[in-house]
Amino acid sequence: MEFSELIKTATVENVLLSCAGLPAVKGTLCITSHHLLLSSCPGGDGQAGTVELWLLIRNVDAVEKRLANSSGTITLRCKDLKVLQLEIPGMEECLNIASSIEVRFWVGSEPGPSHARVQRLAGESGRLQWLEAPPILWGSPSSGCPPSLAPQAMLRSSQPLTGPNRKRCREDETLLGTVLDEGERGFIIDTRSAQAAKQARMTGGGTEPKSSYPQWRRLHRPLERGRPLQESFIKLVDACNDTAINMDRWLNRLESCRWLSHVKAALSTACLAAQCMDREEANVLVHGAEGTDTTLLVTALAQVILDPSCRTLVGFQGLLEREWIEAGHPFHLRCARSAYSHARLKQEAPLFLLFLDCVWQLSRQFPFSLEFSECLLLTLFDNAYASAYGTFLCNNEKERCLCKVKENTHSLWAWLNQPGERKKYLNPLYLPNALVIWPSVEPQSIQLWQGLFFRWIRSSQYLDEAWAEIQRKVGSGLVQQINKKHQNWVCVCHLENNDWLLRFQPVQGQT
Amino acid sequence: MEHITTPKVENVKLLDRYTNRKAANGTLYLTATHLIYVDASAEVRKETWILHHHIATVEKLPLTTAGYPLLIHCKNFHMAHFVIGQERDCHEVYTSLLKLSQPVKPEELYAFSYNPKMSKENREIGWKLIDLKVDYQRMGIPNDYWEITDVNKDYEVCNTYPPEIVVPRAANKAVVIGSSRFRSRGRIPVLSYLYKENNLNAMANRAAGKGYENEDNYDNIRFKFIGIENIHVMRNSLQKLLEVCEMKSPSMSDFLTGLENSGWLRHIKAVMDAGVFLAKALKDEKASVLVHCSDGWDRTAQVCSLASLLLDPFYRTCKGFMVLIEKEWIAMGHKFSHRCGHLDGDPKEVSPVFTQFIECVWQLMQQFPCTFEFNERFLLEIHDHVYSCQFGNFLGTCHKEREDLKIFEKTHSLWPFLLQKKQELRNPLYRGFTAYKELQPNTLPFSFQFWCGMYNRFDKGMHPKQCVLDHLLSCMSQKMKLEDNASELENKLPFLDGPLPSEACSLPKIGCAASKTPMLNTPQDYEGEPPPLLSNGASAGDIDVMSDVDQKHKENLSHHQDLRDLNDTIDVLNSQAKDGKLRHH
Repeated sequence: MEFSELIKTATVENVLLSCAGLPAVKGTLCITSHHLLLSSCPGGDGQAGTVELWLLIRNVDAVEKRLANSSGTITLRCKDLKVLQLEIPGMEECLNIASSIEVRFWVGSEPGPSHARVQRLAGESGRLQWLEAPPILWGSPSSGCPPSLAPQAMLRSSQPLTGPNRKRCREDETLLGTVLDEGERGFIIDTRSAQAAKQARMTGGGTEPKSSYPQWRRLHRPLERGRPLQESFIKLVDACNDTAINMDRWLNRLESCRWLSHVKAALSTACLAAQCMDREEANVLVHGAEGTDTTLLVTALAQVILDPSCRTLVGFQGLLEREWIEAGHPFHLRCARSAYSHARLKQEAPLFLLFLDCVWQLSRQFPFSLEFSECLLLTLFDNAYASAYGTFLCNNEKERCLCKVKENTHSLWAWLNQPGERKKYLNPLYLPNALVIWPSVEPQSIQLWQGLFFRWIRSSQYLDEAWAEIQRKVGSGLVQQINKKHQNWVCVCHLENNDWLLRFQPVQGQT
Repeated sequence: MEHITTPKVENVKLLDRYTNRKAANGTLYLTATHLIYVDASAEVRKETWILHHHIATVEKLPLTTAGYPLLIHCKNFHMAHFVIGQERDCHEVYTSLLKLSQPVKPEELYAFSYNPKMSKENREIGWKLIDLKVDYQRMGIPNDYWEITDVNKDYEVCNTYPPEIVVPRAANKAVVIGSSRFRSRGRIPVLSYLYKENNLNAMANRAAGKGYENEDNYDNIRFKFIGIENIHVMRNSLQKLLEVCEMKSPSMSDFLTGLENSGWLRHIKAVMDAGVFLAKALKDEKASVLVHCSDGWDRTAQVCSLASLLLDPFYRTCKGFMVLIEKEWIAMGHKFSHRCGHLDGDPKEVSPVFTQFIECVWQLMQQFPCTFEFNERFLLEIHDHVYSCQFGNFLGTCHKEREDLKIFEKTHSLWPFLLQKKQELRNPLYRGFTAYKELQPNTLPFSFQFWCGMYNRFDKGMHPKQCVLDHLLSCMSQKMKLEDNASELENKLPFLDGPLPSEACSLPKIGCAASKTPMLNTPQDYEGEPPPLLSNGASAGDIDVMSDVDQKHKENLSHHQDLRDLNDTIDVLNSQAKDGKLRHH
């Protein structure tokens, strides 16, 4: 059944749209197969026919309706954490709109590329192509590697199937054995507690026994995943949205939701993995249970910490493609619902958000070392939960192949890397830094990511102005400005003995 | 001098907060003004300077295998943990520091011996730099409603107010004196700030209370009680906050629970709420407001000065902020000497009232990064000097006392020294005086952040590893220099006919912030119990981070240090410090 058949009321006039921190707008509401549109009324508050809202219906996390007299109010809580209110004249229209969104949003939660059809690509679609993952050969000491990059390998896997009978597997032992030279030691970082790893044996899983893997030293660093992590996210967003909260209650809820504890734990574990490689010059194997969640969190973060090539805009995209998407993080299951959903939780867990949060913490502690800005991290969060692109669809490569995602959808990377778009995501303070970036994981050094959790709650006007000011201050262009004034002379700036030298020389051909 | 029995102790260890790093080993010196520790174990000479007046507490801890520990807590939240080999040395340093850090007589304060080799004339001009009359003129006073009166010239009305105060023109001398008998300590309602946007004469006023007015007796007056806690609650709250800041490897929950239990941010929010309320009443309700607490020199000063900052962009400039502190805090009799514990006195009078105000300003800077002409360092510098007693501004408790102490004749004013350093204290993102008028901060709890740069200021490892402020400041100054040199070269262009290698102007490298604050960064202890093979001790990077902290610290403390005041017996130090001085000036 096509979705359009389920739309009972396609347009309603005189709908009042309000969103915290913005003036309310009145306009015509329109539902299409994938979007909810609101264009303001001619002669209304906005310019005639201006589109005020262009909301992907998949972005809706929860719908609430309230009826009063002859009108109704629909509250849309979105996966990107924004909350919209639509005041709709006419009870029937209100109910129809609400049910259309609800239906759409249930249909939309089935996987498959047909729901991610790109709606508008500004006529550039012909040029858009799936980005080939940049060739970063992690762990192979090629000549292109920066000097600080240790020639050690980081491996990831799922847990060994030791089981209650303590099974062994010669091939697995050999495989891990080939990684290490005679007498060399390696580290296994298990993202579960020692006890949880032991308990996993009861269900057929387990961990590498010392006796069978004598060269490997196991370290347990429990990281939260699954339901507790999703609940942490829900509780945090709940607290952030409570505007009647007092200071003590706020700090209390910030603590008890444990989100920042998870950030600290993830960063610490990634640093430990990085430390094993960079300081101990050892090979590292990271795994938890399935190797698709906390494992990827640790390996991806450790690479951002260690490898400067993962800190460029393109390199970071490559990292995501390799360590999250191709590595099989089940985005479809984990990001099916965001923090507002009242639906019964199944497989949802914000591991990818936790990763983005940790990268944001790195960018705060090393403001010059990442080529991309917070804006990219926000865009990635939005697209992981609801996207017009195919990049984060499905749970693994096999599913993407079956659904022909690459044939039928557009790549987010291609969109982001268009020259005009790309600029938005760059960090004006970026100075390539070849070194390892070791963050502080003291509680005083870890902050709540306001740009994400308060994006729709507080005005960012003054912070945006500061950002614009930074861009203005670091923008150079001095030499170009000078050169505009002269015809016969050209001003050049070059580096000599660590000092910048400025000098004028005649335009070529003059001497 | 007579307090120093042991001017030099060798083989003193300085422990690092981070347990996995090796303690430094060096020599501790006591001079007339500073404790100086020179680390001999480092490849590069490292010094830690602690001003005696900055020392809040000195504690002897139980003997350890390494020796006799001496723990020093400073009023600027620096903490130093020394271990001294001999009990006798430890005890002598301890008793000396106790006396040196808590002088009994005001004449012993640093300001009276501080000599920056400035002419008498310049010193006097320095004291005239901030003139409150100019600020009142700026507000349009005197006018039909308000006048500046010298009714208090002999401190007959109120001995904690300055000689000149601003009162309503309609209130004659008899009214003023009559009112003073009804107000605690004679602190009558006087003008704090006149908000010019209003047609009539709105005022944010101050007065001392002790009890409150009976509403029936005052026409057209509305009461609003704002719950800012008293000085004792604030003192205890800060104490708890500092305990949280000093915890060794706390978990996130430990930290957040401790932060909540300290109540510190709740108090900061209460002060901010009151300031916002006051500013709104003046601006939106066009009302005149009388602010008071019990004596009108603590909470009243906080609230009035915050409201002024919110309403008037002038107070957000460097000079304006100095005027604000002079007007609302110094002139109006905030008892700096008691609240900061400058002299040996009642510890219950000590309270971080001014610290809270400084923090509120910092919180505003976080929300409005382009509205202040000065940066965080400016606030920290002022905060340091409120306690350092190096300048006369914050000595004593009120104008009368400062006159009696002859601080205007015998000491220097801080403000000209700060203005001299304006280049490094300015905010590179400042968009100018006219860019923003009134500020309406968000006062929801999440808008208040823990100020790591203040309370963990000396734990450099916790701070961002790359400093945006330094980078932007250097970008700006490089750009300016390049522009100057470019125009210089351009002027010569018509007369030259070839490349000009000799004329090339040599400039420090652009983006030198990157090299100045290199990635001196090493992994910290990322786990509770490090496996021995992972804790590989100090590396070159550690040492550089340390020296950076100490260097910065030394700059903060010794910037205006008169080297001739140093204990002459320490020749080595003197020559070293002189080098330091040359570098700084």
